[in-house]
Amino acid sequence: MFGISAPALLAQLLVGLINGSFYALLSLGLAVIFGLLNVINFAHGALFMMGAFVAYFLLNLAGVGYWGALVLAPIVVGAFGVLLERTMLRRIANLDHLYGLLLTFGLALIIQGVFQNYFGSSGLPYAIPAELQGARNLGFMFLPNYRAWVVVFSIAVCFATWFAIEKTQLGALLRAATENPALVRAFGVNVPRMITLTYGFGVGLAGLAGVLAAPINQVRPLMGADLIIVVFAVVVIGGMGSILGSILTGFALGVVEGLTKYFYPEASNTVVFVIMALVLMIKPAGLFGRTA
Amino acid sequence: MKISVSMLALTAALGLAGAARADDKNVKLGVLTDMAGLYADAGGKGSVVAAQMAVEDSGLAAKGWKIDIVSADHQNKPDVGVNISRQWADQDKVDGIFDVLTSSVALAVGGVAKDKNLVYMNSGAAASDLTNSACSPNLVHWTYDTYMLANGTGKAVTKAGGDSWFFVTADYAFGQALERDTTAVVVANGGKVLGDARHPLSSSDFSSYLLQAQASKAKVIGLANAGADTTNSIKQASEFGVTAGGQKLAALLLFASDVHALGLKVAQGLQFTVSFYWDANDGTRAFAKRFSDRMANKQMPTMVQAGVYASVNHYLKTLAAMGGNPHDGAKVVARMKEIPTEDTLFGKGSIEPNGRVVHPAYLYQVKTPAESKGDWDIAKLVATIPADEAFTPLAQSTCAMLKK
Amino acid sequence: MAAAVDAQSAPSGAPGFNTELKVFAGMALVLALLPPTGLVYPYFVMQALCFALFACAFNLLIGYVGLLSFGHAVFLGTGGYVCAHAARVWNMPPEIALFSGVAAATALGCLIGLLAIRRQGIYFAMITLALSQMMYFVYLQAPFTHGEDGIQGVPQGHFLGLIDLSKPMPLYYTVLAVFLLAFLLIYRTINSPFGEILKAIRENEPRAVSLGYKVDRYKLMAFALSAALAGLAGALKVIVAQNASLTDVHWTGSGEVVLMTLVGGLGTIFGPVAGAFVITAMQQYLAGLGQWVQVIQGVIFVACVLAFRRGLVGEIAARWKLSL
Repeated sequence: MFGISAPALLAQLLVGLINGSFYALLSLGLAVIFGLLNVINFAHGALFMMGAFVAYFLLNLAGVGYWGALVLAPIVVGAFGVLLERTMLRRIANLDHLYGLLLTFGLALIIQGVFQNYFGSSGLPYAIPAELQGARNLGFMFLPNYRAWVVVFSIAVCFATWFAIEKTQLGALLRAATENPALVRAFGVNVPRMITLTYGFGVGLAGLAGVLAAPINQVRPLMGADLIIVVFAVVVIGGMGSILGSILTGFALGVVEGLTKYFYPEASNTVVFVIMALVLMIKPAGLFGRTA
Repeated sequence: MKISVSMLALTAALGLAGAARADDKNVKLGVLTDMAGLYADAGGKGSVVAAQMAVEDSGLAAKGWKIDIVSADHQNKPDVGVNISRQWADQDKVDGIFDVLTSSVALAVGGVAKDKNLVYMNSGAAASDLTNSACSPNLVHWTYDTYMLANGTGKAVTKAGGDSWFFVTADYAFGQALERDTTAVVVANGGKVLGDARHPLSSSDFSSYLLQAQASKAKVIGLANAGADTTNSIKQASEFGVTAGGQKLAALLLFASDVHALGLKVAQGLQFTVSFYWDANDGTRAFAKRFSDRMANKQMPTMVQAGVYASVNHYLKTLAAMGGNPHDGAKVVARMKEIPTEDTLFGKGSIEPNGRVVHPAYLYQVKTPAESKGDWDIAKLVATIPADEAFTPLAQSTCAMLKK
Repeated sequence: MAAAVDAQSAPSGAPGFNTELKVFAGMALVLALLPPTGLVYPYFVMQALCFALFACAFNLLIGYVGLLSFGHAVFLGTGGYVCAHAARVWNMPPEIALFSGVAAATALGCLIGLLAIRRQGIYFAMITLALSQMMYFVYLQAPFTHGEDGIQGVPQGHFLGLIDLSKPMPLYYTVLAVFLLAFLLIYRTINSPFGEILKAIRENEPRAVSLGYKVDRYKLMAFALSAALAGLAGALKVIVAQNASLTDVHWTGSGEVVLMTLVGGLGTIFGPVAGAFVITAMQQYLAGLGQWVQVIQGVIFVACVLAFRRGLVGEIAARWKLSL
């Protein structure tokens, strides 16, 4: 078309990496939840949106700014998740896993509907924190400081989660409970509580991602609904078996999307799904998945 | 006699009424708009308020008329708009449909209005196609269209030296029409168009489109979108240093509500074309004050809402002149075209045979924070575009009704 | 989804057959007599019938093969778009336009089915959802669908050259006839040897494999048949509504058909029809509540999953020990 222009290509790659951060954080949360609960959490997108709204309320009702929200919003959303798990998800734990999908889909409709009802479907503004305003001239592009922060912070959170699950005592217990809950229970571990807290943690990650997204995407009731389906495709591509796999797939697909935006913008919405179809043909269990 | 009257009421209630009586003074208006989406501030509840004000101001209730207003949310989806208007016609016996912003919905509803022979007064949609390829004997198009916007902002920016353009376009009827009409103006004034990036209606992240625009090195980035899409584009353009890099933004459609939402700090200096600005003269200010008092968010009226007021006003004036409601859309619209339009908001004008209402348009510029004396003191007049230049000349209209 | 349907998997013996036939006759009679009463808006009933057919097609997969397709709206939308294009641009008569829609949906069903049946359970649901979302973006950008604008003013034409579909009553009875025929086709399929094999796969897939059935081939055939019927529903809906739009391919539509079937009763023959009427009526009569309709739908979803897994028809069938 124009020939390759390196600055524009790099710029699109960076934008892709920012989207990849959200894919990674969300698919990580889905993978953690799926590992222990065997539930695909359809409400993940709605809880992501809730995270952004909690940040918005904290700012406008309680005067708590971005940095406070970054800590508080995940806790609020996580607590809401704990409530959902205790009152509903637990009751269908012994049924076919598809019921978990249907239940959380219903929950997503409720949460999104309530927010749409009060806030319409267009966005509410949420300002970039003062410390991160402005942009850095990288020569090939203006990189807004805030977006750079999103990438760095997401990588840090993803790595910390991976470390906690793969390298610590608690994580070992978690992994053991995934493999054989009965045995772990026999060791005196309160497995139901562990499940509750895991769900709370997973959706807390979604809430955190929501706060990160608020200054970029505005606070919108449907901000999670469209994202979550792409994240499902990411999860299918990565396979659900591995924490690291879901992180890497998330970032990688963001970058691939960025590339597509440069070379063939028309396909940038579909490329993740096309890759999913290809992976299914070659390796149905996903790139990092254990064969089902 | 009493029996026959109640029989008539019964048949009317069953929806089986045959030919309406000539002096029937029942009118039902439907305001079809975006209640909660990205255009809700431009139209939405404000359009319903404007319609109510027009009905009250007409004073027809005191003369024995019974005028009802119904309203609905089309969610910016053509299929939803079509279903609602069809049900309004079939079940609710609505006589006229008003506002209908969002061009895709506007064009789709036009088909229903013609099939069901309704009065269709559009004051919210921009696509100039409404009075060209999609014109109908049931339609009156008030307020503005893409031709007017292109000849206002597009021409002014090109003439001021912005001779190379890149468009960021909302990918549906409106954005495409605005890009098409602006391209024509840019080329006619010696400029050229380097490319475009099309985004879905109601997007949130414009970064990749703006990066494409940046990479094109065009002097002007034309935003052929509206409402929240435009405000988000402008905010993110400043985030990515688009304006700092020397490129100029041209928001081809900017409502007063958008400027207010953006804040003067971000929006200052932008030029925009409207046919109504609340602070233009004493008449508009008085209307704006009354309007704002009735709105929960105290907003000032946009040109779309003003258009609803003016079109309801003209509709009722026509019905009063006809002495009754014939419940015949095409007939009423034909009569409407014979009567000159006049109101405090748009001044004097007329309706052309293709349904286009012709009135002056104005090029405004967003004030700097220092110039502004109040929350809604947002713009100053730059130029007035006379009525005969603001809209497509009749000779160029492709409306099939114009050909004998 | 085996747990869902254990209550309804009554043998398709003679007594059940008899009740089913009676209920079918009753349903046909009520629907045929409804419009002249003037009690309901015929346009509403026609829309409900299209969704009922859509839900029946969906139920064929979930209820009788145990596959939860979470992207079924893509077949509804594809049938609709192609039918609209055939009628509007190619000036095809309605029966050919309908057929084109069905053919396109079937072809897409084969493609998506081939990919999706490579995984089971939750993955199957996610893959169908993701592929339907991909098609959503394709339709958003494809020139022939006109993106956000949709295809408007689709001519209704004369069915088989005889019946003028632009008149409300001929249109109504044509839609009703197509619906009833398709319903009978589904009923016949479920009770055929093919249907029995599908049920065997649902109950115990490894055993079906060990009995020598090519399970994947049966699954694919069922998927394609379901896609074809969903496409018919979509094409019919276009003839009724005279427009085709992105709403029909959006994932919310896929969720709605799950809800309709769940409310009516997964794996029951009449459940999807009842569910479709309940949900469409709710949307119609509660439209003034705006987004609360979505909240109510979500609440029904949650309630069905937590406490009401048999659905309306399933509960009735279980209480009176009927096969429905």
